[in-house]
Amino acid sequence: MRPVYLDNNATTRVDPKVVNAMLPFFTEQFGNASSMHAFGSEVGAALKKARGQLQALLGTEFDHEIVYTASGTESDNTALLSALETQPGRDEIVTSTVEHPAVLALCQWLQKNRGIKVYYTPVDSRGRLDVDAYRKALGPKTAIASIMWANNETGTIFPIEQLADLAHDHGALFHTDAVQAVGKVPIDLKTSEIDMLSLSGHKLHAPKGIGALYVRRGVRLRPLLRGGHQERGRRAGTENAPGIIGLGVAAELALEHMHDEQTRVAALRNRLEKGLLQRIGHAFVTGDAENRLPNTANIAFEFIEGEGILLLLNKEGIACSSGSACTSGSLEPSHVLRAMKVPYTAAHGAIRFSFSRDNTDEDVDQVLSVMPGVVEKLRELSPFWKAGEKTSFEPTYA
Amino acid sequence: MWDYTDKVKEYFYNPKNAGVLEDANGVGDVGAISCGDALRLMLKVDPETDIILAAKFQTFGCGSAIASSSALTEIIIGKTIAHALELTNQDIADFLGGLPPEKMHCSVMGYEALRAAIANYKGDTWADDHEEGALLCKCFGVDEGMVERAIRVNKLTSMEQVTHFTKATGSCSTCVEDVEGVLTRVNAEMVAAGDLDSALAYNPARSAIPQRRDKVKSSPLGTAPKKELTLLQRIRIIESAIEDLRPYLKADGGDCELVDVDGDRVLVKLSGACVGCQAASVTIGGIQDRLIAKLGTPLRVIPVPGH
Repeated sequence: MRPVYLDNNATTRVDPKVVNAMLPFFTEQFGNASSMHAFGSEVGAALKKARGQLQALLGTEFDHEIVYTASGTESDNTALLSALETQPGRDEIVTSTVEHPAVLALCQWLQKNRGIKVYYTPVDSRGRLDVDAYRKALGPKTAIASIMWANNETGTIFPIEQLADLAHDHGALFHTDAVQAVGKVPIDLKTSEIDMLSLSGHKLHAPKGIGALYVRRGVRLRPLLRGGHQERGRRAGTENAPGIIGLGVAAELALEHMHDEQTRVAALRNRLEKGLLQRIGHAFVTGDAENRLPNTANIAFEFIEGEGILLLLNKEGIACSSGSACTSGSLEPSHVLRAMKVPYTAAHGAIRFSFSRDNTDEDVDQVLSVMPGVVEKLRELSPFWKAGEKTSFEPTYA
Repeated sequence: MWDYTDKVKEYFYNPKNAGVLEDANGVGDVGAISCGDALRLMLKVDPETDIILAAKFQTFGCGSAIASSSALTEIIIGKTIAHALELTNQDIADFLGGLPPEKMHCSVMGYEALRAAIANYKGDTWADDHEEGALLCKCFGVDEGMVERAIRVNKLTSMEQVTHFTKATGSCSTCVEDVEGVLTRVNAEMVAAGDLDSALAYNPARSAIPQRRDKVKSSPLGTAPKKELTLLQRIRIIESAIEDLRPYLKADGGDCELVDVDGDRVLVKLSGACVGCQAASVTIGGIQDRLIAKLGTPLRVIPVPGH
């Protein structure tokens, strides 16, 4: 049985070309880029090239606009904390209810421990941001508005340019967590109002442990990590040379495959989605179907629970993920599905299929052949399911 | 990925007694779809003997919820009502070879469904039972009685455990103080009844203070084994102790090898730079201390001349 990996929003396979580019920098060109000898200088040159490759993917004008970090989370934390530190008179943040925990948990902490006022912009039932509420939340005290480019669970894309514009109306910085968008949608930062943008290597076929923060020229940045002079003193710590070089090659490959991602991968996703909805009743797509990442499908199956679905799919060699409570160890369905007010009958059974350029038609065929049986098996077990009708389930506590 | 036991997987992939029991005379429903798990337990009880002749279940929930439900039916079939009521959620977890701590509430749900189904069979209204305690956790519909039972049966002593076993406080957290109160009270009662060591009992004041580690006085040379050792075991330990020391001896150009073990006398031969070294007696003393620590019995290390 050929395994089917459809969890690319969680992480991607490192492209073998990326690995090959990285390998010499472990055992041969292992020098510290800061060193005054050949070992150092050859690494320095490779890092410069890698920075250029990432610049091309992001469409940035200046090489110093990229600050390498260790993760998307580090980039997000750096951006928000720096915005507060560099603008002492501004102590408010505007974000959304559906951000990644890297932003959300930090905001909650700042609220509780630093007295920062945080506005969480709501979304509608299709995951679309309430732009009016966002506009109203902005004000002269707003230090930074931070809205993700695309949601990791539903793939819904937010109107980032418009949101950045609105933030600038109030003199506030605009940051976007673009971890899910970079490599999947075209980005051209030199023509953009965005001040800061976070990305993570392992979401675009580079390894884990490398991320970056774009900081628009002229935007002040206070480092999160202090120490050496690396990254012009904006992020101390010896450069992760293999990671940076791997991210460079991954960025180049992402540009090459951008068209494929937008067309072939999107078609795979659409075929899976249509096929599942045709074969399985009481199921629906969550998120904004019109405006979303080409690779993501989030489908809620009513009256069953996600973990059971994942376990049965895993048995058939299919890997995907769920917004259900049980898989994460938390007791509630994901904050994204709750923010969208997906009914409880379905929120626990929401499954995310996320594709990459590695996926094929056979992958879709396999899921389409397996999934109806999986759903049926669990519905047979469910006290809420009776051929599509709700049964009279009367719990003694609820 | 949860670390489920093979038995949990087996009972999830091929659940026994799943489905509707048409002629059930005791039905217990617990949980709700909004809570993320729910279980209907159906029993067929012989009215003459009170023996559970058949049991089936329907469950909405994760893998361990389905496995726990199925396990429960397997455990109770053939038992009398009285016998079944003696079971606890721990019996379900044990039957499955254990559940991850975060999933213990699945076994509690099975236990609660059993009580509900038996009450239904007897014609009691299960709700009466629930009037004993107030509804604590509104998000998951957990009342005081359920929390208290879970604490007593499983000897829970932390808030985290209470959440893992009952889900209470797992969502909006507004009931944390109430649940904390129940945990404090029940633990205190358990201590008074001699069911719980007072040092383990939950103390909300203490939970904020960093706890010191128990400082067990341990020798860096290792601790002594307790059991009586055979001669071969003693020799192996002595040899490995000497092996550990050898790099230090070699660093000074010396070496040491075991010649014989005779009761509490360990005969060794020093070689290389150790021979004639003024510090040789210190080295011998060091070896002796190390062997005593390893073996846990007094002994003497005696150098014997080489060749």
